Amino acid sequence: MTPEPPLVGEPLLAVEGLRKLYPIAAKRTWRDRKLRSYLHAVDGVDFMIGAGETVGLVGESGCGKSTLVRLVTRLIDPSAGTIRFAGGDIGAVPAKEFGRAAQRAQIQMVFQDAADSLNPRFTAFRAIAEPLRRLRGLNGAALRARVEEVAGLTGLPLELLGRFPHQLSGGQQARVGIARAIAVEPRLLILDEPTSALDVSVQVVILQLLQDLKTRLGLSYLFVSHDLNVVRLLCDRILVMYLGHIVESGPADRVFASPSHPYTQALLSAVPSPGNSARQRRIDLPGEPRSPIDPDPSICPLYGRCGRATDECRTSMPALREIAPSRIAACHYAAMEATPPLAAVTV
Amino acid sequence: MTAALRHARYILSENPVTGFSFALFTFLVVCALIGPALVPYDPLASDTAMALTGPSAAHWFGTDQLGRDIFSRIIVATRLDLGLAVSSVALAFAIGTLLGLAAGYFGGWTDRVIGRVVDTIMAFPLFVLAMGIVAALGNTLANIIYATAIINLPIYARLARTEANVRRDAGFVEAARLCGNSEARIVLAQLLPNIMPLMVVQISLTLGYAILNAAGLSFIGLGVRPPTAEWGIMVAEGASFIVSGEWWVAFFPGLFLMAAVFCFNLMGDGLRDIVDPRRRT
Amino acid sequence: MSAPRADIDRRSLPLLAIDDLSIEFRTRGGIVRALDRVAFELKRGETLALVGESGSGKSVTAHAVMGILPAAAHVAGGTISFGGLSLLQADAKTLDEIRGREIAIIFQNPRAALNPIRAVGKQISDILVRHGNVTAAQAPGRAIEMLAKVRIPDPKRRAASYPFELSGGMCQRVMIAMALACEPALLIADEPTTGVDITTQAVIMDLIAELASAEGMATLLITHDLGLASEYCDRIAVMHAGQVVESAPTSLLLTRPHHPYTAKLIAATPGDAASLDDLASIPGNLPDLRRDDLPACRYSARCERRADICVMPPVPRVALAGGGHVACRRPLGAEA
Repeated sequence: MTPEPPLVGEPLLAVEGLRKLYPIAAKRTWRDRKLRSYLHAVDGVDFMIGAGETVGLVGESGCGKSTLVRLVTRLIDPSAGTIRFAGGDIGAVPAKEFGRAAQRAQIQMVFQDAADSLNPRFTAFRAIAEPLRRLRGLNGAALRARVEEVAGLTGLPLELLGRFPHQLSGGQQARVGIARAIAVEPRLLILDEPTSALDVSVQVVILQLLQDLKTRLGLSYLFVSHDLNVVRLLCDRILVMYLGHIVESGPADRVFASPSHPYTQALLSAVPSPGNSARQRRIDLPGEPRSPIDPDPSICPLYGRCGRATDECRTSMPALREIAPSRIAACHYAAMEATPPLAAVTV
Repeated sequence: MTAALRHARYILSENPVTGFSFALFTFLVVCALIGPALVPYDPLASDTAMALTGPSAAHWFGTDQLGRDIFSRIIVATRLDLGLAVSSVALAFAIGTLLGLAAGYFGGWTDRVIGRVVDTIMAFPLFVLAMGIVAALGNTLANIIYATAIINLPIYARLARTEANVRRDAGFVEAARLCGNSEARIVLAQLLPNIMPLMVVQISLTLGYAILNAAGLSFIGLGVRPPTAEWGIMVAEGASFIVSGEWWVAFFPGLFLMAAVFCFNLMGDGLRDIVDPRRRT
Repeated sequence: MSAPRADIDRRSLPLLAIDDLSIEFRTRGGIVRALDRVAFELKRGETLALVGESGSGKSVTAHAVMGILPAAAHVAGGTISFGGLSLLQADAKTLDEIRGREIAIIFQNPRAALNPIRAVGKQISDILVRHGNVTAAQAPGRAIEMLAKVRIPDPKRRAASYPFELSGGMCQRVMIAMALACEPALLIADEPTTGVDITTQAVIMDLIAELASAEGMATLLITHDLGLASEYCDRIAVMHAGQVVESAPTSLLLTRPHHPYTAKLIAATPGDAASLDDLASIPGNLPDLRRDDLPACRYSARCERRADICVMPPVPRVALAGGGHVACRRPLGAEA
């Protein structure tokens, strides 16, 4: 994988201070009735994606990656923070109106459950044609030509275009989902666990297809996955997310080889591998994640589960800081020879 | 399309009762369309000399108290009754489904307001409500249709609301947003086709209710006025003759009424099997 | 504790032996030949993984052992021998006693396996009373002990919780506690960690491994994840389209696979591959198991080493040095 991202000029996607809070109806005393509780799904996230990069986003259930994905694709509105895409502030456009924005076609998504993401009453043709009709205004022969072209790019046999989703295999459904996403020539493609429901042999084919499409069409990917092995193979850089925060970021192979954040270390130690040595290396995170509802902003999100729990962890939220060239982590103890925190470092 | 037809034929062959109901439905539709042109007697022509004669070769279903041929009247009434049923159900379906989809998809205040409207309608005993509407507005054909439509609206609203609610978070809805669809377009072009199978089943069942409703209103004098031929009126007029032994005046219209309702109900079950095998009754 | 049944000999070698098992399903679309002469063995205290992709028949095999096949299933041949007892010939009463006490099973979705309106402690007690020779008075205390054994914090309080109050990982632990309550000789784990977070997966699998080795319990792990099987299992049996194509000790299977499908499966698993280009897909598709003209080796249609002899029955079972067997006429490493 390419060692460092060449961030020449403006990155394709730049997210800063992104927050998404969901109000929770909580039982309150009469005196506190005006106070609301909020679930911090995404709690201050900064990162960038450069043109032509594949950035991996890993994290477990409840870490906020689905919310982050929906924020970046502008399906929901942020509570705070900015999302800049190709120089424009897309965070300012409300999600309801983003469908009509010029950038709608440039950010597209491939869903986790391909079958669920296809309308059961639409043929494959119609599913792929939909964004072309709505966003490019194509019709008739031009529409058919483009749909067939895109189907060919994704390796979908043309005779399958007349079929309904339930008549297609898992791999074919995945291809339809990908074809639909690339039909309008996006620049940024979010891939939300695109192969987790597929058999391993089909997964290989789809991953290689994605890799091929990326170079052929000049795409950038945000690849969300819980399968660390797949992320390692496909991604240039990875972001590790926990409880709404990004806790580590860096080049994929370096983070895998020597993770610096305790959570990343625990995560990687959990990956099964042959032999018993894996079990010895296992780092357990006892207990459950801290509550995302009204979290104390001065306590590290991993406090209470991390092996190292000092007063500093409890009284000051570790900021994302560069602990080595292009290695960034949010931990007070991430590297022994820690450099002092740099101001407003974006990842 | 042919795959659907093949599947339909398979279901019909498996379940002869369903096949029968479809055949009966076809017969009723044919009666409604071309029946009036083919009946032997003018349904309104009275011949008091022949009043209250029983079924015979000349009058298959006998004659009523004014000497009118019951068979002809019944066939002609098919058009009216089916017409009433179809129009009121179409209206109930169109409005109820739209309201239900909006309530289920958008939630929030839309859901609350529409929910209260539907609840209000359902709070009344439905037939009494229909009676009230027709009595207040006058018993014209149009009012009968409106009244029947209103009392059947809640079923569609409820059904559409539930189905929209279940699907609003589906992947394909989000994918549709990514394709630049507006919310209205998502509701009409993406969700509606998905709930149509269930709605079609419901339509078939409601047709039965609608006919009963129209007949019921006519029976108590709030529906169609004599001398129009309508099953309900005919049953009402014939009811007084049962005691004196002229059973055929009420029996045959009642038979057709029952057959029609029965047919629609069976068709509903059959349609459900065709459309969604998982919900087999 | 729970006394093992008199006619089950836990020390018999092997504990579980499946031989020539063929199972068919009668469906509207025809007869699906789900399993074809499946054979493998499991010794006491051993961990065996049944690895295969979707449609390989691994779950059907597990359900056959447990005796929970659907009504449409029909055993067309073969035997399942557990502790010396033939499970396919046993009567319903015997099977009822064995299930839960001698053989336990845990499933993929723990919430679906737990009764949502009964406290978890009570559900464990139910099993203890039913199968475990435990009196109703002793059962609640034993249930709390089981919860502690599966490392549920504050087990006394948690015993009164309902499944909806527990996280997914905790529900899975409760299911393990229920399965192990009567100290069965064999635990079948049917994709227990599919869809679960990776750290939770590690915790659950480590727990199962630890409890199994403490009790000397044999484990049959059904999974599609070769990586998972490679860490936790002594032996792996690879299945394809209802046939066991290879079975061998884990390290041998991974370093020297003998069946072409095994090699392809290993090559498709991300695992330790250095780059995406190193991964290889498997050409072709699963054969349609409803056909009656299936070749003897159901992988032959997709196999590069296919020879004419491969479609003719019987498919051989060649013993391998180091234990295990391969069902192939032209295994890798043999002469061409």
